[in-house]
Amino acid sequence: MPILEAKNLTYTYSIGSPFEKTAIDHIDLQIEQGEFVGIIGHTGSGKSTLMQMMNGLLKPTDGTVLLEGKDIWAKGADRRAVRFAVGLVFQYPEYQLFEETVYKDIAFGPKNMGLDEKEIDRRVRETAEAVGLSEELLEKPPYALSGGQKRRVAIAGVMAMEPKVLILDEPTAGLDPMGRTTILTQLAAYQKRTGCTVMLVSHSMEDVAKYVSKLLVLSHAKIVCFDTPSNVFARGAALEEMGLALPQITRVFHALRERGIDFPDEVYTVKYGAELLRKALAERGVGAC
Amino acid sequence: MLKDITLGQYFPMNSVVHRMDARYKIIITLLFLVMLFWGQHLTSLIAGFLFVILATVCSKIPPKMLMKSIKPIVPILIVTGCLNLFLLEGGETYFAWKFIKITEQGVQTSAFMLVRICLLIAGTSLLTYTTSPIVLTDAIESLLSPLKKLKMPVHELAMMMTIALRFIPTLIEETDKIMAAQKARGADMESGSLVQRAQALIPILIPLFVSAFRRAEELALAMECRCYHGGEGRTRLRELKSGLRDYVALGITLLMFAAVIVLNILLH
Repeated sequence: MPILEAKNLTYTYSIGSPFEKTAIDHIDLQIEQGEFVGIIGHTGSGKSTLMQMMNGLLKPTDGTVLLEGKDIWAKGADRRAVRFAVGLVFQYPEYQLFEETVYKDIAFGPKNMGLDEKEIDRRVRETAEAVGLSEELLEKPPYALSGGQKRRVAIAGVMAMEPKVLILDEPTAGLDPMGRTTILTQLAAYQKRTGCTVMLVSHSMEDVAKYVSKLLVLSHAKIVCFDTPSNVFARGAALEEMGLALPQITRVFHALRERGIDFPDEVYTVKYGAELLRKALAERGVGAC
Repeated sequence: MLKDITLGQYFPMNSVVHRMDARYKIIITLLFLVMLFWGQHLTSLIAGFLFVILATVCSKIPPKMLMKSIKPIVPILIVTGCLNLFLLEGGETYFAWKFIKITEQGVQTSAFMLVRICLLIAGTSLLTYTTSPIVLTDAIESLLSPLKKLKMPVHELAMMMTIALRFIPTLIEETDKIMAAQKARGADMESGSLVQRAQALIPILIPLFVSAFRRAEELALAMECRCYHGGEGRTRLRELKSGLRDYVALGITLLMFAAVIVLNILLH
């Protein structure tokens, strides 16, 4: 049974006004336990709307969302419990920090779950460590932190609820390359250790390609494809037509193929690409580098 | 949920009323309001009603939108209606039971009051539905500009209003986002006692204020960077221009206004 499932899901904003817009148009989707799903699509393709329906913040105009097989909008369903099970980190989450100290802010979610002090303390310290926040930062006010640190506090705040599914909406937006890599690496490590399901929304293929096990491509409120990264990137041309830039390394290999060199068409990590190049050079008798 | 607020919301359409000079629209609305409260007779209310219908048809605003603007004041209507109905005494008594008495005067006044308030809201809503807030403040600035001679900071006031109006939707959107984010962390705003609900607002208000201050600072800096230095010598991108349709609209309103005054004198 998939952990999260969408059936015929639809969402329309401002029905009946001149601003009416369908953000998600009758989609079906199944997310399996333990998957690391990347969601890509250009601005306005419905990514954020889809995410907010997944944890019951938005009520679908049509269709259902099933969490572990149960309709989250069924009569008598506990939506708060759904939000604890499906943790959602919004875009620019650092603007939502409000407590006096970093510690208290991370503890906000677990506290709302009604956990006891000891358990809260364990979770706060564990997640702070997972996102690389040092002990002494915990007692500082969030506003004294740098942008990247604040972002990590906000992510830790959702992680501390230990959700079964962790959804992050553009967690690296506006960060420098160093900060981006740090957050994504920590996230991948967290996913590996806890075995939870992670959904990562991004408009940068570059970012997600390296970490995810499956890619969901959205365009104009519909799903274009939902497959492994290699299968998705194999359809390079179609993606570029939709205005989604492929990872640089994929573009390099596509260009090499066009020049008649026989490479597979789904190269999307630099490591794999380098390996292929080395092999090809060795075959041609050029010295290995 | 906050997006459903219609107060002062612009409803973009392509109609005669939308294209009218905003200054004239303001003057016409003011005349209409004075007329509503000056008119002592039923005919003046009918005139006001016809006026609203005419304006609605010309502006192509769906009547549903006007109903939506009246909806929030229904409680006020009920209270006003009841107060007038039960407290005013005079004329024939229709119904009496213990201390409750419904008389001719009460029925008449409360009906008058209700229709007046509804027309008032409908009329002013039409102004804000058909005029974007920015144009509206431009028009107010232009109408108040004679006061500059009295050293009133008219331009600054208008600029403050423009900025405030400009940021209402932004802040509403921001509030929506912050609420969603805190709800995602299990914040509960819909249940609990009054104290608990007030406390539940803290996680929303603090980030909202912080972001408002941040925006204010950024905006001030951006204005400074573009050498903003007040109203002196500033020209506009969109000049307010009046034309035939404005004169016609004003003419119709003045005629109606005159008719109401005449009716007042004749029928008293």
